[in-house]
Amino acid sequence: MKTLQAKLSNKKNNFVPYIMAGDHERGLEGLNETIQLLEQAGSSAIEIGVPFSDPVADGPVIEQAGLRALAKNVSLSKILDSLKSIETEVPLVIMTYFNPVYQFGIENFVAALENTAVKGLIIPDLPKEHEAYIKPFITDKDICLVPLVSLTTPISRQKELVVDAEGFIYAVAINGVTGKENAYSNQLDHHLETLSKLTDIPVLTGFGISTLTDVERFNKVSAGVIVGSKIVRDLHENKESDVIKFIKNAINF
Amino acid sequence: MTYNQPNNQGFYGQFGGQFVPETLMTAVKELEVAYEDSKKDPVFQAELKELLKDYVGRENPLYFAKRLTEYAGGAKIYLKREDLNHTGAHKINNALGQVLLAKKMGKNKVIAETGAGQHGVATATAAALFGMECTIYMGEEDVKRQSLNVFRMELLGAKVHSVTDGSRVLKDAVNAALRAWVAQVEDTHYVMGSVLGPHPFPQIVRDYQAVIGQEARAQFLEKENKLPDALVACVGGGSNSMGLFYPFVNDESVEMYGVEAAGLGIDTPHHAATITKGRPGVLHGTLMDVLQDENGQILEAFSISAGLDYPGIGPEHSYFNAVGRAKYVDITDEEALEGFKILSRTEGIIPALESSHAIAYAVKLAKELGSEKTMIVCLSGRGDKDVVQVKERLEAEKEVK
Repeated sequence: MKTLQAKLSNKKNNFVPYIMAGDHERGLEGLNETIQLLEQAGSSAIEIGVPFSDPVADGPVIEQAGLRALAKNVSLSKILDSLKSIETEVPLVIMTYFNPVYQFGIENFVAALENTAVKGLIIPDLPKEHEAYIKPFITDKDICLVPLVSLTTPISRQKELVVDAEGFIYAVAINGVTGKENAYSNQLDHHLETLSKLTDIPVLTGFGISTLTDVERFNKVSAGVIVGSKIVRDLHENKESDVIKFIKNAINF
Repeated sequence: MTYNQPNNQGFYGQFGGQFVPETLMTAVKELEVAYEDSKKDPVFQAELKELLKDYVGRENPLYFAKRLTEYAGGAKIYLKREDLNHTGAHKINNALGQVLLAKKMGKNKVIAETGAGQHGVATATAAALFGMECTIYMGEEDVKRQSLNVFRMELLGAKVHSVTDGSRVLKDAVNAALRAWVAQVEDTHYVMGSVLGPHPFPQIVRDYQAVIGQEARAQFLEKENKLPDALVACVGGGSNSMGLFYPFVNDESVEMYGVEAAGLGIDTPHHAATITKGRPGVLHGTLMDVLQDENGQILEAFSISAGLDYPGIGPEHSYFNAVGRAKYVDITDEEALEGFKILSRTEGIIPALESSHAIAYAVKLAKELGSEKTMIVCLSGRGDKDVVQVKERLEAEKEVK
């Protein structure tokens, strides 16, 4: 079993924060500090966002964070350089749109992840149909390509998506972009329970999670949560202590 | 060999595909099935045909531009008069087809992106005709520049959503429309305006616009008793050009020229010359040639013509370019303005600024080809929408002089 999955399978109430690489006063120089903070607070894994000019799956909070990072000349190649010197016990998961990786060169990209803490990839605009762009390069590596399952994914397709999945399953909790709050449907809990039963791989819930009430709800019906926009906003507003408190509470539900 | 693209995964060679979030995968697959069914549905086809005839005013003429031909001093120039369609451009061909398809799929809402507003107006028109709820996403900058088209869409009953994200132009409007589609995918159809986006959109838009080339081919054969030597059309996303080119794709003797907007010049940062200056990349659900920096961040496009102001180009055009089936050339803002004036004066037809790019290139090409040759130029839209902009620009130039 690859590291990412092993780490998440060990426990319940997994908390996975998302940060935008380079969205820090000191740009990428601040990345290590943020990762250490999130690790110490009790994160199970940390998503590292790569800024993209046209992030169609993201809401305004993450889009703005990406634009701030781009304004500091952050690029995938610089992020990969920074990751080389970052040591953490927590597996990192790169969340990127496909184009920056495609331009970098997929083989080079995977090679650059060697000797970093990166154990997983989330590429929201690379559906199962096109996973062959990446999969052959990571099969023998300790890197997982995390599939996303949405509320519009029919059961038959959910089964196809989870069957050879690795790491964890990213359950998208709303039909919408990241950071859209108060939009959960009544059927969501049932959907998450059903999805969790289809697989032994941990199912983590994400999109729009901003309160401990949300966290408590989804910890009951899945193996944990992914929180992006709230973390990105709080870090941008220098509310590090709020972030730490939130994570500490979240993992105790 | 008969042309047979895209493949069953929506690829044209290396280009195309379905690079969309999982939330949209079910919708694009459902659309594939509904579209294939509609092709075999005689009732659907008859309804669309009747609308194109009685509502759009097809078929429109293939007109021999005698005085333009004399002005150019070379090959005979025919104009395919898409400017005579209802709403004044080719966009209605596709909007009607897709709204009819949406209705057949049981969707009661449509959304669309628009740059200059032509596709927005066409979609709002088709939505009004079918009594469907319609929201148009338009970059805030374009809303300001094209206030008359905003008013038109509102008059037609559409809601115009001004997009304030990113650079606030067409590409941001596409982002916003894609996001809106994700949020309401179950009851909403996204009317993609060009041969762009995830499969099957490039194919659907091509097929609905192919009426341009089908008519033009038959009309030309009737008038000249042979095929034309060349086809010329402007390319932004590339729907009018693909509509003209596609029905000729197996006619190997027919050369195709897609005219990109060179803006202030392809050696400046201000152009929309995607094939000339871009490289393959993924944007808005498809792998195509894209204007981007070395890190894969998408660059802004620039053109005097808002309809050509897009940093990508339909994947099938990228394929045509890669295999050499079509040539892609550039016309600057200045040259397009000249084309605008020349057609107005020689033929009494005021072309859209988009189509003016095709006119300007056709004049150059006619000279090169010589008087034995013939060509069809797609006059994709009329220029009424552009006269204020051109007037202001020409007056400003006069003052400088």
